[in-house]
Amino acid sequence: MAARPRSELNPATTAPDVAPDLTAADLAVVTARGITRAFGDTTVLDGVDLRIRRGEVVALLGASGSGKSTLLRVLAGLDSGADGEVRTSGRTAVVFQEHRLLPWKRVADNIALGLRGPDLARRTSAALAGVGLADRGRAWPAELSGGQAQRVALARALVREPDILLLDEPFAALDALNRLRMQALFFRLRGEHDFAALLVTHDVNEALLLADRLLVLEDGRIAEDTPVPLPHPRTQDDPGFGALRRHLLTRLRVPLVPDRS
Amino acid sequence: MTATPVRAPRTGRERTRPQQRSRPARATRWRRIITPLLVVVLWEGASRAGILPPDKLSAPSDVLAAGWRLAADGTLWHNLLDSLVRAVIGLAIGGGLGLALGSVAGLLRLGDDLVDPPVQMARMLPHLGLVPLLLIWVGIGEPLKISLVALGAFFPVYLNTYGGIRGIDERLVEAARTCGLSAAARLRHVVLPGALPSLFLGLRLAFGAGWLSLVVGEQVNADSGLGFMMMEAREFAQTDVVVLGLLIYALLGLLSDLALRTAEGRALAWRRGLEAS
Repeated sequence: MAARPRSELNPATTAPDVAPDLTAADLAVVTARGITRAFGDTTVLDGVDLRIRRGEVVALLGASGSGKSTLLRVLAGLDSGADGEVRTSGRTAVVFQEHRLLPWKRVADNIALGLRGPDLARRTSAALAGVGLADRGRAWPAELSGGQAQRVALARALVREPDILLLDEPFAALDALNRLRMQALFFRLRGEHDFAALLVTHDVNEALLLADRLLVLEDGRIAEDTPVPLPHPRTQDDPGFGALRRHLLTRLRVPLVPDRS
Repeated sequence: MTATPVRAPRTGRERTRPQQRSRPARATRWRRIITPLLVVVLWEGASRAGILPPDKLSAPSDVLAAGWRLAADGTLWHNLLDSLVRAVIGLAIGGGLGLALGSVAGLLRLGDDLVDPPVQMARMLPHLGLVPLLLIWVGIGEPLKISLVALGAFFPVYLNTYGGIRGIDERLVEAARTCGLSAAARLRHVVLPGALPSLFLGLRLAFGAGWLSLVVGEQVNADSGLGFMMMEAREFAQTDVVVLGLLIYALLGLLSDLALRTAEGRALAWRRGLEAS
């Protein structure tokens, strides 16, 4: 399980005083240090340090434009313009806000994209069955509903048996009912596959339902790092849920009472 | 920054409507044949009644008879074959070059900077206006006709290859990268299929422009081919053969377009799902 330094990132800019202790580093699937990213004169990420442990679900919250997605793209290796150091161990898979299925490949071929092996067909159908779409393998992506397409995108990520799953507001484009279904599906798959996940979201409830730990991104840095000590499965009326929710909303500067101005 | 309007010059024959949307129900499709039939009947009637003088426009039945006569003595076939050979060679050269240069300009930043500006400039020249210059360069033989067809086919293929590659959703390429696809695999699984609809459009426009160029080239100076057959007939006031030539040109255009659309429908089966939704 060799850590894989990314060559395009410049290790010279890492801050030495935040080096993770060795035992935790052994368990980490993602370690990022001193990530900075500027677009023109605007600094979006200003020295982000981040560690995700094996099997841990971390939610990344922040106001819109705070750089959540930018950070995820850096971690996914999709942004060559960032500075800092990212180490990932094991396989990475990404789920985007849009399903990003190739319209010219049938659902099963989309899931198997870039994979090889003798039991590929079996793995593909198992992944499809896992998201409840066992009979849709021959369909074109355009024939799926939004919720179905996003489930296929999830299957495409999970068939790669990732150690770390990066999710960029994966359920944000779905309607409210589909979003609840997807959150339940995510929780079930999480139990079956035991991947670590970074869930970028602006939905405080979603973060509290699914995550083991919450990060709040503010002014280009991780401004808050809070564990969620609630037992699974969670519901919104669990004791402690409301207090955490209020704390987070305050942190995100959302008024808790109606604005009377 | 090169702002390039990705529009191929249109030929009169082309109608690029999006893939047979809202196709009329089968029960009422026969209605579409009424007006063409009516035109032919009126034309025939007007000729028979002496309203249309036969030296200006022959009756449809006379045109068919001329076609039968020329087919029987072989004149039609060897002229048709010569025209087809010119079209195929010209389309292969022009289309191949358009595909290659369009890919280079579409895929590579350097290619875009080096290839696109001169092509965009050359595109502004009406290629049929180059006939006098081409006559000086390559003479009046086969190279002239083939050059004209190749020039006509090059630009639509180039522009639509370039535009098709540029129009690919960058997010899909990115998703393919996260799935571990190499650059070559992304080209095969994302770029090529993504550019294919545009490539087909380019080919259809190229066929139209190619036929048009052939007509002009064969009427400049030739000793064989459909255009030559028509010009020769004009000398002898054989209006029926002139009209026959026109009909065959039209038929060739229709057939090549039909063949391309059939191929397109097969290659782009995934789009049918897109329309249904």
